[in-house]
Amino acid sequence: MAKLDLVAAINQALAQEMEADERVMLLGEDIGVNGGVFRVTDGLQKRFGPDRVVDSPLSESGIIGTSIGLAMAGMRPVPELQFEGFMGPAYDQIVNQAARCRSRTRGAFTCPLTIRVPVGGGIHAPELHSDSPEVVYVHTPGLKVVMPSRPYDAKGLLISAIRDPDPVIFFEPKRVYRAIKEEVPEESYTLPLGKAQVISEGSDLTMISWGAMVSVCLAALDQMPEEASVELIDLQTLSPLDVETITRSVCKTGRAVVVHEAPKTAGLGAEISSLIQEHCFLSLEAPVQRITGFDTSMPYYKLEKQYLPDEDRIMAGVRDCLAY
Amino acid sequence: MPKEVVYSAQIERLQILGPDGSVDESLAQGTLSDGDVKYLYEQMILCREFDEAAFKLQRSGRMGTFPQNKGQEAATLGAAKALRKGIDYIVPYYRENPAMFLHGLPMHYALLHWMGDERGNAIPANLSMSPICVAIGVQTLHAVGIAWAFKRRKEDRAVICFFGDGATSTGDFHEAMNFASILKVPVVFCCLNNQWAISTPCGHQCASETFAQKALAYGMPTIQADGNDLFAMYKVTNDAMERARAGGGPSFIEAVTYRLGDHTTADDARRYRPAAQLESALKVDPIIRTRKYLEAKNLWDATQQAAAEKKAKGIVHDVIGVAEKMPPQSSDDIFDYMYADLPPELQKQKQTLRTDSIGMDPTQVGLQPPRERDTTRGKPMNAE
Ligand SMILES: Cc1ncc(C[n+]2csc(CCOP(=O)(O)OP(=O)(O)O)c2C)c(N)n1
Ligand SMILES: [Mg+2]
Repeated sequence: MAKLDLVAAINQALAQEMEADERVMLLGEDIGVNGGVFRVTDGLQKRFGPDRVVDSPLSESGIIGTSIGLAMAGMRPVPELQFEGFMGPAYDQIVNQAARCRSRTRGAFTCPLTIRVPVGGGIHAPELHSDSPEVVYVHTPGLKVVMPSRPYDAKGLLISAIRDPDPVIFFEPKRVYRAIKEEVPEESYTLPLGKAQVISEGSDLTMISWGAMVSVCLAALDQMPEEASVELIDLQTLSPLDVETITRSVCKTGRAVVVHEAPKTAGLGAEISSLIQEHCFLSLEAPVQRITGFDTSMPYYKLEKQYLPDEDRIMAGVRDCLAY
Repeated sequence: MPKEVVYSAQIERLQILGPDGSVDESLAQGTLSDGDVKYLYEQMILCREFDEAAFKLQRSGRMGTFPQNKGQEAATLGAAKALRKGIDYIVPYYRENPAMFLHGLPMHYALLHWMGDERGNAIPANLSMSPICVAIGVQTLHAVGIAWAFKRRKEDRAVICFFGDGATSTGDFHEAMNFASILKVPVVFCCLNNQWAISTPCGHQCASETFAQKALAYGMPTIQADGNDLFAMYKVTNDAMERARAGGGPSFIEAVTYRLGDHTTADDARRYRPAAQLESALKVDPIIRTRKYLEAKNLWDATQQAAAEKKAKGIVHDVIGVAEKMPPQSSDDIFDYMYADLPPELQKQKQTLRTDSIGMDPTQVGLQPPRERDTTRGKPMNAE
């Protein structure tokens, strides 16, 4: 089996879905001739032609707005927004249009589009190239939100997202793009949306994370003393949340720590700890802890290391939660 | 008459200094003096040196992504020369270092920005410019607002807003043009058409023959200029700025130039740009053109060239030294500029550098510190 990084796994998923379904088309800034600024769509325009892999004008609102129209008219657009920091101009189209398409027409229209967006910090990128806005879209009814942490999952989840009848935002953690290589089956496969994955089993504490932070959590766990038995859950899909996997684990361990890059206040960790409180109240041995980015703008990259949760912060938080 | 022409228009293109360095003397009348051209040429050399040095800094891991101005020096400097320093206002995007330097921005600020340090955006108060803007198109509206404030306060000031060909595809750009023309504010929209928006050629960006004609739909005076021609850029900008200051409202300039470098250091233009196109663009490099002019007029020789290059190298070397020797920001800087008054939760995060709460927050009812804390990463709230 070939070992692929995240970029190659996503590229393969896109190619296979385009091969399998004539309706699938890609559009975005610099995705065609240039293959995308991260090379995720490399070679696809050559293979499928400029009418199916479209270099769009520089307009995020235009990219998503026309994708909505394409989807309403029976196509399966997979638009790319170049960086999460440039989702702003498309916000209205995503949140007020795509997300409501089905409900406001009582199902007469649907909006099967998959918006691919590189996300997150840690790569020394300029301003507006390192944010983690996933919770904004998790908070938007009508959208599904996916963020894989590794190549194998990314391929299966992206194929599911493209086939999904509703709009999906597919966040691709930049820090993982080239960092992890693993065996990815050549054939097409799907992984279910809405399912979290228990990455390592444990009995004392549940750690919940997603995207690039999963690898950081794993590194922190490697340094934990042997007697601490931590269960790590990779959410993979952020909306809808896999409440069952989360709460079953926390009811077993009695302690939970949520780790994410985004700011703490009203971050997804807040929702998760609320769910835990609702479902696991009598099993809890400690307050749910959130190890997250600070409630500040993402600093420019000189200070991003201090901003992003790292192994030390995770270890300290886990230790305190275990000792409580 | 059932059918008549209700509107028609033409787009003018101005060139004063040709690629061979020859100048149309009558058009050049009253534009740049010999001294101006010499001074601007030295600035061009300095900015080119800055670009090359910045490129090397990025390649050697001493700086993050950097967008070179290379090839656009005449457009940027010619336009900026038409502004009164500290009075008229520059709203740049991210490729106009030369204009910002000409109007007094210490050069190391630009380096700091791309070194991932917000202090590069802390524009000294006496300068009349906004910081580098990374999000495409947004600043066009800010420029209109700034010009609106000048108009409201009856100040004798005008604004120039720079943006690329790519930016004309954004909604913000069109909204800015519409606001500006309706409000008749003193703003000049200067589109630096360098033929590319990353890998998208301008013919792909827009289906109209020129960018200049976009302004017609907003009832705005508009002109195309040879962007590699210092004289033409100065002239069209000066006309537009004077019109703006005199209450004539906004104008549009399309500066036709060429991006000689990659989009940024993160880009590789060989993937999408025909080599022949770059080759022919190198032949009309504005620096070469300006030098030919100066030499033809016996205002410049090889000795002066060597001296100017040496001086530029020295300045850029010093500037890099200043940027790299800045004392590092502390983690406090992540928090200190968020609000005028830091809210309590943020104060706590600033002090502890943690977001988990067990034992970190003595005010949290029912949560007492269970034991001595590991304080290796910042001070807990309840420590002295
Ligand atoms: C809103 C927004 N979308 C996307 C980007 C990513 N991006 C950065 S520069 C650029 C191209 C800009 O082209 P142009 O306006 O012609 O300016 P140039 O870089 O050529 O000077 C793009 C797409 C961005 N910075 N902002
Ligand atoms: Mg351009």
